[in-house]
Amino acid sequence: MDEIITLSYGSGGKKTSQLIENLILPAFACNELNALSDGAILELDSNKFVFSTDSFVVSPYFFPGGDIGKLAVCGTVNDLAVCGAVPKFLSLSLIIEEGFKLEDLKKIINSIKETAEKCNVKVVTGDTKVVEKGKGDGIYINTSGIGVLTHEFLGKDKIAENDVVIVTGTVGDHGASIMAARNNLVDEFSVISDCAPIYELAQCILQYGNKVKIMRDPTRGGVATTLNEFVEGTEYSIEINEEDIPVSVKTNNLCEILGIDPLYSANEGKILAVVDYSIAESLINDLRNIELGKDAAIIGKVTKNFPSKVVLNTNLGGSRVLTKLTGAQLPRIC
Amino acid sequence: MHLNEFRKPQDIDRVIKFLKKIDRKIKIMEVCGTHTMAIAKSGIKGLLPENIKLISGPGCPVCVTPSEEIDAILELCRKNRDLIITTYGDMMKVPGTNVGESLEKLRALGSDIRIVYSALDAVEIAKNNQDREVVFLGIGFETTTPGTILALEEAINNNINNFYIYSMHKLVEPALRALLEQPDFDIDGFICPGHVGAVIGEEGFRFLVDEYKKPSVICGFEAGDILIGIFKIINQIINNDVKLENEYKRVVKTEGNKIIKEKVEKYFKVSDDLWRGIGLIKNSGLKLKKEYEKFDAITRFNITLRENNKTTACRCGDVIKGKIEPNECSLFGRLCTPENAVGPCMVSSEGACAAYYKYLQF
Repeated sequence: MDEIITLSYGSGGKKTSQLIENLILPAFACNELNALSDGAILELDSNKFVFSTDSFVVSPYFFPGGDIGKLAVCGTVNDLAVCGAVPKFLSLSLIIEEGFKLEDLKKIINSIKETAEKCNVKVVTGDTKVVEKGKGDGIYINTSGIGVLTHEFLGKDKIAENDVVIVTGTVGDHGASIMAARNNLVDEFSVISDCAPIYELAQCILQYGNKVKIMRDPTRGGVATTLNEFVEGTEYSIEINEEDIPVSVKTNNLCEILGIDPLYSANEGKILAVVDYSIAESLINDLRNIELGKDAAIIGKVTKNFPSKVVLNTNLGGSRVLTKLTGAQLPRIC
Repeated sequence: MHLNEFRKPQDIDRVIKFLKKIDRKIKIMEVCGTHTMAIAKSGIKGLLPENIKLISGPGCPVCVTPSEEIDAILELCRKNRDLIITTYGDMMKVPGTNVGESLEKLRALGSDIRIVYSALDAVEIAKNNQDREVVFLGIGFETTTPGTILALEEAINNNINNFYIYSMHKLVEPALRALLEQPDFDIDGFICPGHVGAVIGEEGFRFLVDEYKKPSVICGFEAGDILIGIFKIINQIINNDVKLENEYKRVVKTEGNKIIKEKVEKYFKVSDDLWRGIGLIKNSGLKLKKEYEKFDAITRFNITLRENNKTTACRCGDVIKGKIEPNECSLFGRLCTPENAVGPCMVSSEGACAAYYKYLQF
């Protein structure tokens, strides 16, 4: 590890993993945390809950397809959903920079309200801090959420050879929309963030019971990083096919222009799941009947060919390794 | 036009089939870093038989920037804490001679270093921060020089007094000549960089054929372009018919871009320049002319390069010269990774080592 924290430690890629594994995990190791899943499973008087937390620092805080408020609800609620829980309660902490416009705050609060109602969760506790001008970037939000665990069978130890990898829609849209907003390219590319609650998609997948092995929402670090988390440290590999991965034309074009890879670009309304091959086609049909799942696709399978690695079979018939995101995604020069 | 048309053209399967049957040893150099990445990303290396080797050349702008210049940039940052440094993102993580030091680290320690997509954004930053000085790091080849020129003209036209360019721009031809003159250089043909070609024109690569008798094809950057380029080079070799071919006619014209060529001449003087791994190459760099020294960071901040004699096990130089594959360096993947890079070829998104590390370590 470096002697100082650089932005790379917050990218959701390899350096974030290093920070967690070398500093945070050793300090707080316990069964609930060690699983390093999207939420911790807690047992209280034989009832099981899932607890998750997330902080939101997105810049700009209004972006095509959403804002930091909608994101703050979706982010935490989605983490609970992919852990197999029914989201119930949220906390809401606001860190606001001096000088922030009340009008913007109202919009954000309203967006939190609407999204929470849509997700059927209540905001039950909160906190507000205001920091001096220059000590924050407009507004930061933290939410924590509690859900009731209804499906307890999920885990990467359930993954087996010949399982199938599915994604519930086009990849990389949120990251691309933020990049468009940051570079004043919104009008040219009209890429819209996929930021949305995915509870319905999660429930659709979970109806297949223990034929579902693991689910994640591939946020920071994108699909490539999440796939690596599925197989790292195991005897299995995941092989995905480039031509099967759904990428919207708009996102693809923007990524080409900016020199970023949609597979490493964040998603905020998608689920990546590993399921038994016997249910894959039926599941995809079910997902496609839901508006948010209309582009759902089978993108690859679990093999033993390259233990602990993710391999992409390219359109041309070649192949390459997909690693976790290294550093932050930086634009190419030419 | 959609990109996929060039990524996987209709007859590409036939081309791949042909290439798979080639059994003689052939070494082809792709000069440009963007080609290196496209080759790795599309899995082309795996489609070719082992006897056809693709070697990365000195065409990644970050990789060829010598450690002396990186050190000078870092020192500029350290000594002038009020300065705003603007740079293309690729430069952020390149380590200096002092282990662990990079623009990314200096930014984390408080220096104001901003990533820009375009040199014009750097001028915009200068306009919005008139009480501070702004330096743009001009790196890259013929392809990025026009961007720097646009920024310079914007600064001149708007009478901006707080904008400076640190020109480290380089020229492709002198570097290729330096490689070709090395006694152990054994490359059989060149995939020539299409975007450089857009500026210098087909004719800019004629010397490869006329003087050095090397089969050469100017290529676009999609997988299909590159495979067709390889196919054409190999056909030239087999038929003993050395010539310059232009596969990238949709962008590269015979004479190149006259306007840019004239402007380069107007604003820049050709000078000797240092290249990582190769050393000093005569007439290979572009520095601002004296008339424009008002915008020259080298003059304003008295930037001098300090010779760097520190020896390291890093073999980026040999990688850039096409002498070794990245994984033949003893540091590769162990002491040198994209997270903790020793050499620039591992840092740059166009670097040969990064491409190998990210995409080819099965």
